[in-house]
Order: sequence, then structure tokens, then C-alpha cells
Amino acid sequence: MPLNPNLKKVLVIGSGPIVIGQAAEFDYAGTQACKALKEAGLEVVLVNSNPATIMTDKKMADKIYIEPLTLDVVKRIIKEEKPDGILSTLGGQTGLTLSMQLAREGFLDEHGVMLLGSDIETIDKAEDRLEFKETMRKIGEPVVPSLVVETVEDAVDFADQIGYPVVVRPAFTLGGTGGGFASNEKELREITRNGLRLSPITQVLIERSIQGWKEIEFEVMRDSKENVITVCSMENFDPVGIHTGDSIVVAPCQTLSDKEYQMLRTSALKIISELGVEGGCNCQFALDPENFNYAVIEVNPRVSRSSALASKATGYPIAKIASLIAVGFTLDEIMNDITGKTPACFEPVIDYIVVKFPRWPFDKFVYADKELGTQMKATGEVMAIGSSFEQAMMKAIRSAELGFDTLSVKKYEDMSDEELLEALHKKDDERAFVIYEALYRDFDLHQIQAITQIDMWFLDKLRHLAVMERDLIEKGLKDDRGQERVDVAREIGFLDSTIERLSKDEIPKEYPVFKMVDTCAAEFEAETPYFYSTFDQENEADYFLENHSDKDKKKILVFGSGPIRIGQGIEFDYCSVHCAWTLSQCGAEAIIVNNNPETVSTDFDTSDRLYFEPLTPEDVRGIVETENPDGAIVQFGGQTAIKLIKDLETLKVPILGTAPENIDAAEDRELFDQILEECGIPRPKGDTVYTTEEALKAAENLGYPVLLRPSYVLGGQNMIIAFDEKDVKEYMGIITRHELENPVLIDKYLPGTEVEVDAICDGEDFLIPGIMEHVERAGIHSGDSIAVYPPQNLTDDVIETITEYTKRLAKALNVIGMINIQFVIHDGQVNVIEVNPRSSRTVPYISKVTDIPIVDIATRVMMGEKLKDMPYGTGLAENRDYVAVKVPVFSFAKLHNVDTQLGPEMKSTGEVLGIAKNFEDALYKGLVASGNILGHKGGVFISVRGRDKEDAVSLAKRFENLGFKIYATEGTSKKLAEHGIESEMVRKFSEPKPNSEDLLDSNAVNYVISTSTKERFPEYDEVKLRRKAVERGLGLFTSLDTANALATSLETGKTLEDIELVELNSI
Amino acid sequence: MSYYKRDKRAYILLEDGTVFEGYNFGAEGTTIGEIVFTTGMTGYLEVLTDPSYCGQIVLQTYPLIGNYGVNPDDMESNKSWVAGYIVKEWCEEPSNFRNMSTINDFLVKQNIVGVWDVDTRALTRKIRMHGTMNGALTTEDISDEHVKEKLLNQIKHHKVVRPVMDVTSEKYDWYYTRENRANHVALIDYGYKKNILRMLLQEGCNVTVMPANTSINEIKRLNPDGIMLTNGPGDPAEYPDIIENVKEYIKYGKPIFGICLGHQLMALAMGGKTVKMPFGHRGLNQPVKDLQKDRVYITSQNHGYAVESIPEEVATVTHINMNDGTNEGIEYKDINAFTVQFHPEASAGPNDTGYLFRKFIDRMEQGQVERLRGRI
Repeated sequence: MPLNPNLKKVLVIGSGPIVIGQAAEFDYAGTQACKALKEAGLEVVLVNSNPATIMTDKKMADKIYIEPLTLDVVKRIIKEEKPDGILSTLGGQTGLTLSMQLAREGFLDEHGVMLLGSDIETIDKAEDRLEFKETMRKIGEPVVPSLVVETVEDAVDFADQIGYPVVVRPAFTLGGTGGGFASNEKELREITRNGLRLSPITQVLIERSIQGWKEIEFEVMRDSKENVITVCSMENFDPVGIHTGDSIVVAPCQTLSDKEYQMLRTSALKIISELGVEGGCNCQFALDPENFNYAVIEVNPRVSRSSALASKATGYPIAKIASLIAVGFTLDEIMNDITGKTPACFEPVIDYIVVKFPRWPFDKFVYADKELGTQMKATGEVMAIGSSFEQAMMKAIRSAELGFDTLSVKKYEDMSDEELLEALHKKDDERAFVIYEALYRDFDLHQIQAITQIDMWFLDKLRHLAVMERDLIEKGLKDDRGQERVDVAREIGFLDSTIERLSKDEIPKEYPVFKMVDTCAAEFEAETPYFYSTFDQENEADYFLENHSDKDKKKILVFGSGPIRIGQGIEFDYCSVHCAWTLSQCGAEAIIVNNNPETVSTDFDTSDRLYFEPLTPEDVRGIVETENPDGAIVQFGGQTAIKLIKDLETLKVPILGTAPENIDAAEDRELFDQILEECGIPRPKGDTVYTTEEALKAAENLGYPVLLRPSYVLGGQNMIIAFDEKDVKEYMGIITRHELENPVLIDKYLPGTEVEVDAICDGEDFLIPGIMEHVERAGIHSGDSIAVYPPQNLTDDVIETITEYTKRLAKALNVIGMINIQFVIHDGQVNVIEVNPRSSRTVPYISKVTDIPIVDIATRVMMGEKLKDMPYGTGLAENRDYVAVKVPVFSFAKLHNVDTQLGPEMKSTGEVLGIAKNFEDALYKGLVASGNILGHKGGVFISVRGRDKEDAVSLAKRFENLGFKIYATEGTSKKLAEHGIESEMVRKFSEPKPNSEDLLDSNAVNYVISTSTKERFPEYDEVKLRRKAVERGLGLFTSLDTANALATSLETGKTLEDIELVELNSI
Repeated sequence: MSYYKRDKRAYILLEDGTVFEGYNFGAEGTTIGEIVFTTGMTGYLEVLTDPSYCGQIVLQTYPLIGNYGVNPDDMESNKSWVAGYIVKEWCEEPSNFRNMSTINDFLVKQNIVGVWDVDTRALTRKIRMHGTMNGALTTEDISDEHVKEKLLNQIKHHKVVRPVMDVTSEKYDWYYTRENRANHVALIDYGYKKNILRMLLQEGCNVTVMPANTSINEIKRLNPDGIMLTNGPGDPAEYPDIIENVKEYIKYGKPIFGICLGHQLMALAMGGKTVKMPFGHRGLNQPVKDLQKDRVYITSQNHGYAVESIPEEVATVTHINMNDGTNEGIEYKDINAFTVQFHPEASAGPNDTGYLFRKFIDRMEQGQVERLRGRI
């Protein structure tokens, strides 16, 4: 069936901000969808609140709304745009839930909008626990004994019947939020209570635990003609019990015989057929390792994180095909882009193995509960392709940028055997490393298996790596099997540098070859420029380059930014992708190197060639050897790419844009101070230190408070404001736990308005597309601040100074391309606090609101074009008529024990944008989009630290005037009373009941404003208060500035309905 | 590092003189055959024991072979028929609850020469570009030009003639389900995969396995309800004697179901033509469109020859391959017969077309009903 003739215009719903459980994979899916639909001749309307996405780019859709993803907003857009259909299955759980609500209310029917992809019955059958079970029963597919309950008592009754341990799974929550294992009644009660609250339909599923079973996934597709195919099978390294998003995953399945494989494949196809999904579907199974028993655990009738992984693992573009199916096409009439000759109606086969490794945020959240379970905690992931599991695993470890090149981790090396044995029982982010250490020490494989329940196949493969590492260390390379050892080590993924490091011997360089990812194991000729490295005979990339690469074109390497982590998110992928696109337009060949399967940059049709590889010097060396690039662009891949500069220079690959020594100058404290001095630009006084003693001395000289951070930082990694000696000691204690390669920077902390600028320079001219002013005073990481474009409170003088300083700095550093500068306006004086000689996380957002394609311009500049020859002007660009407010989004609900108080260390995982005619409205939109429920009446709970008490008075006054009832803890309450503001005094968490915990549980409070001098430690009252606010889903503000901005917004008396929607392509 | 047998070098020598170097596993020695690649990611034991691979050297494109070990239950015949086996990596420590031995032990027992740690993708690409070719696997040192030349000469002149005769049963085998009024199938064994038998038994049939050269009179003596023409190795045009027999089966009038070689022999018996394909279809992911249902099914395949044409007046093409448009299924017009090129019995591979067995059963049922009516 061709395109549905009744469809002319389709609404695509994005997934909103990046949060744990819903990350960049939906930008990838949405972008593919928009492209496919436009190619099919449809008019595309897009709504997504996330400005860092590629899908919200001008050319991706005909109409683009960066608006809060609420039911009302989507309704207004539908009324305005009158689409014929709505695509529900590509915007993650957010998109699916919204579409479902619209359908269920009858709104879609009323407005003649078709629900495309999956209809409401399908979604209910898959997502409603009861209906799911019933559906499985109907088609004879086994499920785990379970019961949906709506009360804690029912949960306990059922668990008594089936026996503990049981699993609790809340209905309709992201990444399984609020679920968990309960091994006794007490735990069950606690988890169930939490799960019920988080579930939008107040349902949780209680089921019998099937711990130890293999977890297997199938990605399947179906069209309206009932053609069904399997795209990919995946096997989890960890048995059932750890969320697949937190598990190491391999594709295809490794330990299943054809009988077991076909049994589950048939089951998956039966399920998708019964559900009637038109598009992609993910089926998760538990398989008893001792027999043919299995159970269907979960079905996602939509494109998911796993389908992004399956797409990248096989080369089969699931999101694109799913979109085409949704608008009427069938699998037999869609072509396989990779071969160009065969249809999409087939099952990909691969001739390599893929390993996915999660990236967790625990390096940032030192005090977070790291235990892995049914609730996902990873922020991102990497994928590695290899000829063997060992090789792919080693590549994955390198790609994850954890700071090591094998699975050996110092901390475990130092453990005694007893401690290690104990550690094997823990299911946390470092499990694989503990196992590795145990294997290294020759612990009995069966013992490890019995404890971890991980399949022997995986353990044995890890053992190969451990034994190799041990042999390299103990036997070196000098014995008669030395050469063989090197050969095998290379084949199983050891880098030459690793072999040399371990064996303390030098070896002659050898370069890997590259093989193609082609969906068909070489059965058909493929023209996909998608490669991975291995050690083998034939370099397929050589043939490809000979036949497909244009010798007259310049070949430019563009680095992606690796896994999504706090501080280095989807924004950098946006930049890499745009850079590649522009390079193609400039007549060059763009070669992308990246390892993140969730991204657009790792789509094989984004660049001229894609190398799916770790971003380490030696891995890049192999690519350079094959490609012989004319240059490399490092400004768009975040700090990951910047770190490669030195090695690229060694390899004689020219760095395009700002020269390496100037990039260095911006990051080297002394050099940079010198430059600032020459430019006459003030900055807070500072020093560099290596030890706690030095730090204490420096802090005293500078005067508290001081800002401490390691040099070469990203996302404010390990950055704090120290108010006294104790803070300095605690911080230095943590940071010196790792080896210090670079010094710690210590600066005088200057409070004031923080301002951020992204500028493009060509060596002669510069262009500032827009200035962003932060709502929060300096001290909160720029990534966690609310940023406003254009600035609302800066004087012309200040703006002029900022522009002038930008110009001077760009000149002094001889910037060619991008520069990001952060300023603080302290007592009217403009100070520079940070300079990044590269693209920053604000680039996508500011590009969109100013309509100046920053990455495009910067790329052209790096390729030698001049700003004056482009139509965007120079200097500071004129402000536009709209105000855009970027609001950070956090994933605190997923991370237990993490203190939510904002500081200089970045904690947000994503962002949203509010666009409106004025600041108040834009902020209102932003706050709503970020998940706040903005009530205009109710209660505000204020509990602030000493130095905020003065400011709290005026804030409380504003809320009082707005009609809110004020609650406060003792100190704050007294302070308010002094100024005639009435408040109800509430006791702290640790004080006798009723206390603030009860208040938060009582629904009397809409907003919690909490600051404290002490942070981080989960046992502090203030931290508990903030955690409680997060768990209750209350509006939580840990800066008075943010709270004041909220008040400003509320004071307008407007609600979202009163604020005009903005279509990006028409402003 | 001692993992896997890296003690013995082994070589792959191709008809065009190309050499691939790897290590030996399985048996030692020299073997010659046509080199074919199969893309299935599971089912290596099924491949090794599928009689259709008789005389061929099989290359697995999936790099990790032997992960779940060897279990005799999964064998498609009583032994392995391949001439040699090429993999990227074999698994010394398989993991599966049914695992009984390693793939290496299996090959040693079956006396099959294997080579591993070669660039299997490069070899696959070579075959794809040049078409299937003969080659040898050897543990002898072929750096000696003389040895190499001698072997090359053997390779060039190597030809497997009428392999069906090697793989077919010599005598009848009887399988009774003891079901009342069970359909009785005469299964003509051209090198049948056991799963064809299993599927028929599962459907409640009685099955008599008969040798490839069975005459119609022998079949008539059994008075079966239907005839199954099975899969098997080799060029269908090499079996004019069998084709003559098939012509007689057709006249007999009982329902006929043909699979793979059975499909090709039937086509030749009905005036069709067959052709050698450049490198065949071997894998578990082949899309086949059922033209009558207008639906695509994913099928298991293993064939190097295809039906090129069949006279329109005698037959309707029912299935085509979505990748290259080759014939995948035929329904005959005036006779009660249908055949498919792919393997509906799967094993290894998807079970999506198992419904064809039901179709065959229905036809036999129909025949029984009609005969009963005739008697009344």
C-alpha cells in the first residue's frame, strides 16, 4: 500500500528534554521520522520542548513548535495546524502517552486526526498491565505470575500468595521509575507506596521474581499488510533484574541455540501481530537458562532506546521505516537504503558482534545510590562493534571514557580476596570490573557464576581478557610465544599502547583494518559508508575509498562527543551533525567518528563516512592511517574531541580553526591569565594547587568563599564553592583520590549576574549571535542556570563591554571558529570567569532563537570563508523580538540520595526552551515545559540558609502578595516575622512529627524553596527535604533567584492558555 | 595465551590461486569442495548436518560459531555432510543447558577439516563478486609451490557428481504415529532434513522414508495419501532418472509437496528449466513473497540452483524472492502438486512458513474424503 491518500499533514511529537530513560535516541528517531515524512511529500508539524535537538531545526519540519509538551499545548497546535494525522510512536513514552490521552478523550476523532503507528487498543494492550497479561494469555504466550494492584494491601496479599522476592513495576512511568525488588513485606510496602504515587494511573504490577533468567530482546516490525520481520535480537550480559538500559547488552544473542532463538522470535512476531502495531515494537523476554521456559516481560509498541541500538547495530533504520509504515507504506515497497537494491522486508544479518555499555552519572553524584535494579540510572551509552566479544567489549570500555583501557580498576586490585568476593554480590555500575578482577585472580568461574548468575559464556570471554592482561604483565613479550601474544591481544581488542604499558616492551605499530556494516553480512553489495575496525586481512575501507571517495574533495574528520553524560549531552551531537552537513555543502567529505548509538551523528547517512569507534588517540590513529584526512575539526565534540588535539598533531593532521596552542592557552591557567592581562580584562583572582595544604593556603590568601575545580573540566566536573577550610579539605580529599594529572584551580568567588556568549571569529571579524543572561547569580553552573536571551537587566555599557571583551579575547587567542565565554558582572564590573575555545551547550538553543546557524557559519569559517562574505553581519547581532528562556531539567527522581541543591557542579541532564513575546511568559513556558506544575494558589515552604535569609524576606513577601500561604522552618520563619510576614513554622525532618515531611506529604505546598550551607550528604535534613520535594513532584527551587523569577511569572496572573504559541519557522 | 587451537596452521586455497591463512580445527588433512557461504547467525549444527551441503565447504559469515555447543537433538541427519568448514572463531567453552560437546570435538569425530581465524568477510566478498568457486582446506604447508600447484590442479578438476546418491537412504524407514486415519506420506529422500519428517509427524502423519530412486510401483504398493519430494544436494539437471520417476509420481495423482531440490526436480519434470545461481541463497533471512496472499515471509534457504522458468500452461508461480526475484514457489495447474524453493521446515531458521505443511495435509485429507465418497 502506498502513502495513505488522506494524509497531507502530519504532527510529530518529540520526547522533550533529555532525562534518564529518555535520551538522545528520540532525537535520532524523530529526525529520521521528519526526514522520511518530508521525503514522502508530507507536510510535517513538529512539537518538542527540547531546543538541543536536531529535529527542531528549521529545515527538519515545515512547522516547528518548541513548546511545553502538555496536553493543552498539543491540542492548541492541532486546532491551529489541523494535521490529518499524528505520529505517536517516535516520541518515546512522552509522545505515546500524550497521543493516547488525546485519542482517549476523543479529541483526535473530533478534529479528524488519525492516530498513526499504533492505535489506542494496541497501546493499551501493550502498556496497561492487565490488558497486556490478558492479551498474552489469549495468544498463549507465557508471562510471569503477576497482579496489578492499586493499593499497598493488595500488593502484600498477592506477594503472600506467590512468595518473595517480588518485583514492583509502576504503570506508565519512564524507564521504570519507581519500581524495584522487594524481598520482604517492609520493602514491598515502601516500594509499592512510591510506585503507586508515581504511576499516572495509580497502578503497579507485583510479580514473581525470575532472577537469574537470561534477558533477551527482539526488535520487530510490522506493516498494515501484516508483514512481520525481526530486525535484531539482543542478549543482556546481566540476567533479568537489572534494567536493560543499565545492562551491558550484546547483539545478536550469543548463547541461544536456533531452537531457543526461533522460539522467542516466533513469540515476538506473534505478539506484534496480535497487538496490531504498525511500525516497530520491542519485546523483552526472560529465558530460563536451564530449559525452554520463557516469559514475556515487557512490550514497547513504539520506537525505543533498544530500537536505536538495534538500528545502529544492524544498519537497519527502524525509526525511518516505522514512520513510513505509519503513513501507509508497506515493508515490501520500502527499499533497504544500504543495498539500494533489496527491499526493507527482510531480516538483517550481521557478521560482527555489538556490545553496548551504559554510562552512569555516578562520577558526578558521588553520594548517589549506585545499586542497579529495575529503575534505569544511566544517562547514556556507548556501542562498540568488533569481530569478537572481547574486542567489542574492550572498545566499549574505551568509548565510555572512564579513564582506563582495560577492565582493570585500581580500587579492586587493592582489595583482598574476601573483599572482592563480597563485592561480587553487589549489582552496581562497576560489576563488570569486579568480575574482571576476580577472573584475573583465577577465582573459580562457577563460583562467580553462582553469585552473579551471569552466563558462563560472558564470564569466560571476560576471562580471556583478564588472562591476556595477566600474561602481558607477567610473561611480557620476550618468550617464544611473545609474537603470538601480541597478535591475539590485538585481535581481542588490546591497543598497542595497552600492550606496551602492560608488557613494558615496545612493539612495532600495526594498524587495524575496517569492515563495513551492511545489514547482510556481505551477501549483497552495499554502498553504506559505515565502518568499524578490527585486526584482519582485508581493509574494506580502502576499496570503498577507491570507488566512492572523490579525490578532489577535502577529507575532514569530525569528532562526536561520545556517550551522553551530565555536562556533555545531545547539544554536542547537534553541533557535530551540523558541522558534517555544512562540510558536505562546502564540497568537502565529512568523516564522523563517534560511538554513541543514540545519536543522529552515528546515522550512516549524516556524513560521507561514519567510523563507529572509541574516541581515543590510538583508535583515531587507525582511522587517520586509512583515510589520510586533510584536516580535523575538534571544536564540536565537546571536551572529548579537544582531548585528541595533541595526538592529531603528532599524526600530522591539521586542526582546522583555532590553532592548538591557542586552545591550550585558554585552558592553561598561567597562559590565560597573561592573555587577560594583556587584553586588560579583569577576572577573579586565582591560583593553581596540587595538594590540600596548597589549597588551604591559597584559599586564605584569596579570602573565602572560593571556587575549586580541576583544570580541563567539562560540566563543572567536581567543582564546588568552598565557604571555609572544612569544605576545602573535603573537596581536596575527594579529588586527590584519583591521580592528579592536572592541577586544581582555586578562584575567588565573585557573586553577581552571570552572562554567557557564544561567538564566531574568522581571525578578522567576529559575530555574537546573542548574549544570554542567567537568572541565577554566579555560583550555579551555567548548564543548570536558567538562561535568557536577550538579556533583560544588562545596561548598554555592560553589553558594550562584553562585546568588546569578546572581540579582544577572540583576537588574542586568534580564534577561528567558535568561542564560548562566561562573564560575571560583579559590582558593575565585567569579569571573565571561563573561556572555552570550542562550541558549547548553548549553541543549538541560541542558533534557533536568533536564526543564525552558528555551527554552519563556524564550519565555513574554519574552511576559510570570511564572516564579511556571509549574510549574518559582524559584531553583536541585533536582538530579535522574542524572548527565549532555557530552563534546565534534572533527573533527580531516578537517582536516590542525590542532593538536588544546585551549585557550581552541573547536575541537569537536559533542557527545555520557552519562547514568548516577553520574559515572564517565556519563563512561564519554560518552567512548565521542564515539568513544573505552576499553581497560582496554595502554599510555599521556605527554608533557607543564613546568608539567604535577608533575600528570603522580599521573596516571601511576593508570594504572600500572590495569596500563597507561607510555611517556613524556625530560623526562616523568625526572620520573616521580623519583617511582618506571617508564616507557619514547620519542624525539620529530624525533629518530632508533625514536621516538614508531613507537610510535604499533605499536598498543602506547591513550591519548596530550600537552600543550605551543607549539601551532598544524604543524611542531612535539608537534603532529605529536597529529596522529598522531588519525590512528591513539587516545584523545588534551590536558588532564591529562580524563585524570584517564578514569582515574576506568577505575578502576571497568566496561565499557559493565555500565552501565545510560537511557530519557529514564522518568526 | 592458550585459548583455542592455535598450534596448527591451515590454509584455504581457492580455484583462482588465492590463499587465506588460518588455523586448523576439527580434523587435520586436506579436503576439496565448492565453497559456499551461509549467513545464518544461529543453527551451525543444523548446517553441518544438512545433507544439502553434501560435498561443499561451508563458510559461516557470522564470526562466533559454537557458542551454545553441540546437541545431537539438533542434528538434521545422522552425520555431517560438509566437505569442510570455515569460521572466524569457534567457541572452546560453549554455554547452553543442552550443550554436550564443542564444535571442535564434533568436527574431529565427523572427520571434517576446519579452518578458523581467517578473514571470513573478505572470503565472502570474494565469492559474492566472483561467484561460487572450488577450493581446498588443508593443513599441509602450501608455501611449497609444487604442493600448491598439485592441489590447485585437483581443485580445478574437482566435481561432485550426483551427490543425492551419496546421501539418500538405502532402504525404507517407517514412522508411524498410530493415529486413526493418519495421512500416510511417502517421503522421497533426496537428502531430507529430519525436520521435514518431524513436521509431518507433528501433523499426525505416518511417514515412510524411501530412497531417491524409488519407482512409482514401489510407492503404489504403499498406497500413500501424498508424496513429499525433499531437499537434497547438487544440480537437479544431473538426475534425469529421478526426473523420470517424478513424472510417474505426477501421473499417480496423489498430492505432491516439494521442497528445495524437490521443487526443482518437479519443475524439470513439468517442462521447466533450472539454472545455477552466482552464489546461491544460504541463510535464514530470505524474504519470499507469497503472491497469492500478497505477504512476505522470512524463510530459511540453502540452494545454489533455481527454477528459471516453468511453462505458464502447466503452472502458476506462487512465490518469488524479494531480493532477486527468483522463483520460490509453484502451484501446478491440472495436477495436485505445489512446491517451494525455500525450507518451510526451518531448522535452522524461521518457522513462518510452517503453514505449508498444513496445506499439504489438507490436500491429503481432501483426497481421503474424496476417495471415501467415491467408494460410497
